[in-house]
Amino acid sequence: MITEPIFGMMAEFDTPTDIVVAARRTSEAGYKKIDAYSPFPIEELAEAIGFHHNGVALITLIGGLLGLFGGFMLQWWVNTISYPINIGGRPPNSWPAFIPVTFEMTILFAGLSAVFGMLVLNGLPMPYHPVFNVPRFERATQDKFFLIIFSSDARYDTIHTRAFLEGLGAKSISEVPS
Amino acid sequence: MVRPTEVEVGEDKAPVLEPGHSFESITDKISNIVLKRPVHLGWVAGFFVSFMVMQGLLLGMTVLFVKGVGEWGVNIPIGWGFAIVNFVWWIGIGHAGTLISAILLLLRQSWRNSINRFAEAMTLFAVAQAGMFPLLHLGRPWVFYWLFPYPNTMGYWPNFRSPLVWDVFAVSTYFTISLVFWFIGLIPDLATLRDRTDNSFIRFTYGLLSMGWRGSARHWARYETAYLLLAGLATPLVLSVHTVVSFDFAIGIVPGWHTTIFPPYFVAGAIYSGFAMVLVLAIPIRRFYNVKDFITDRHLENSAMIMLATGLIVAYGYGMEAFMNWYSGNPYENFLRWNRLHGPYAPWYWLLLFCNIFLPQILWIRRIRTNSIWLFLISLDVLVGMWLERFIIVVVSLHRDFLTSSWGMYYPTRWDWAVFMGTLGMFCALMFLFVRLLPMISMFELSTLLPEAEVKPE
Repeated sequence: MITEPIFGMMAEFDTPTDIVVAARRTSEAGYKKIDAYSPFPIEELAEAIGFHHNGVALITLIGGLLGLFGGFMLQWWVNTISYPINIGGRPPNSWPAFIPVTFEMTILFAGLSAVFGMLVLNGLPMPYHPVFNVPRFERATQDKFFLIIFSSDARYDTIHTRAFLEGLGAKSISEVPS
Repeated sequence: MVRPTEVEVGEDKAPVLEPGHSFESITDKISNIVLKRPVHLGWVAGFFVSFMVMQGLLLGMTVLFVKGVGEWGVNIPIGWGFAIVNFVWWIGIGHAGTLISAILLLLRQSWRNSINRFAEAMTLFAVAQAGMFPLLHLGRPWVFYWLFPYPNTMGYWPNFRSPLVWDVFAVSTYFTISLVFWFIGLIPDLATLRDRTDNSFIRFTYGLLSMGWRGSARHWARYETAYLLLAGLATPLVLSVHTVVSFDFAIGIVPGWHTTIFPPYFVAGAIYSGFAMVLVLAIPIRRFYNVKDFITDRHLENSAMIMLATGLIVAYGYGMEAFMNWYSGNPYENFLRWNRLHGPYAPWYWLLLFCNIFLPQILWIRRIRTNSIWLFLISLDVLVGMWLERFIIVVVSLHRDFLTSSWGMYYPTRWDWAVFMGTLGMFCALMFLFVRLLPMISMFELSTLLPEAEVKPE
């Protein structure tokens, strides 16, 4: 008989406080490959699963700088090299007049970098994911909170992990097929 | 995200969120409007009327494309008629949505969480209307892409020193950023709709749009960073957009346009008219969709207070304009002041002062601020007033400038009206579709306002 590979073990909790406490205990117990799911952002939860830094801010900064220099250099190149025309006697590189477009390009590139950077780092779009196999998981976007220990974790063990999650006061526990 | 701790309820203030709600009841109530609620005759009638009015826009555009811009009432000396008036009016309306979603987020005003979603939708739809006008006004709208800098066989580039080119960049950036801001705000709620429906087509559609969002804590952390950064970027952006719009006028030398007060005074006016539109939409929506426990009297009162404050800034702008006309000692500026008060368009100027300055002062009275019918009427009045303000700025300044030989009058034609009314119809039709197809209140942000959303220390 071929048994389906297991993706992880998932436990359900009722309140934000419960899930944060459970996630903290799981980390402290030495589980490394874990994740938690909630219907709304909980700052403490990311900390509890050991996720402290994300690259979105850096990507946004790089995008913004790209927009800043790209926007300005485009105008500088157009007005001094490619197509210099005399408008009202202004010098070719009349930089104060280039500020509005430079500013808008900075915002545009930084904003799009923030959005697409966030999506790419999150690995979205990803229409299928093993966690969706758990029937109760549809509540994760509504009113329930879930904690998962991935089977790739070194300490993962079907019997012990289940017992550990039960000890955390989980409302229900299920194995996630991959 | 705005934490619930600072939702304090004053002695006599209405709460931001009516008590007695849970995560489940919030999700149920908002998503059921989209998923379960039957389509009522009122919605069908409203959508049908808006859709029919929108045909005025299509008809007006067809006539414009076939016959040319001469079908409009614009002619020298008034080359900027309804097109620019409507452009500035619509884009100003959009500004309240960004103010609510971005600036109030940064200022940690938690009451914004229940009105930001539809205010952002309003922004998007209003900017879409606004963006059409300059393009239609081009004369040769089919070559609108010449406005963008791209390598072309004609060997030319746009003039980056022109405020009209700044406008292209400001408005297209504003639309793009408003769109992505609105969309990433929707992703978690679209996932909620995906998980709540039994219909496989609806699940597929929302599933596709939500991009497989599963609410992972890592995802939320990046999401929150991106959302906050976008708010921080949208804040200077919204101020810059109306500033650039005001540069269209202020860079010119026409009396009544060439003033340094224009940028702040335009931004305040934009927020003024935008909040009026927010109220015009929020009052019927909360009545017909029965969401008074999410959009409470507190929201109406806060919006009314912002309207009052920005209205006073606008009043200061009018006063300072008139003062500088006199103080400059410039005969043309002085004549402009006289012409506004006594010239052929004087009745409209007086009506503008009545609509924007005098009538809204009754918002000082608390009973008026908490009465939705009064607020609705005052908001309509402000929308009319702000439209008149742009009309006065555009038309009255242009119609009598330096040489008496080049004076003239502006009379809008029926096609001017058809296009303007058509954009109103299109705006309303889009709003009707929005309230039925997407969650009009942000479920996940509203949930964070509940006391149980707070993580208690161990």
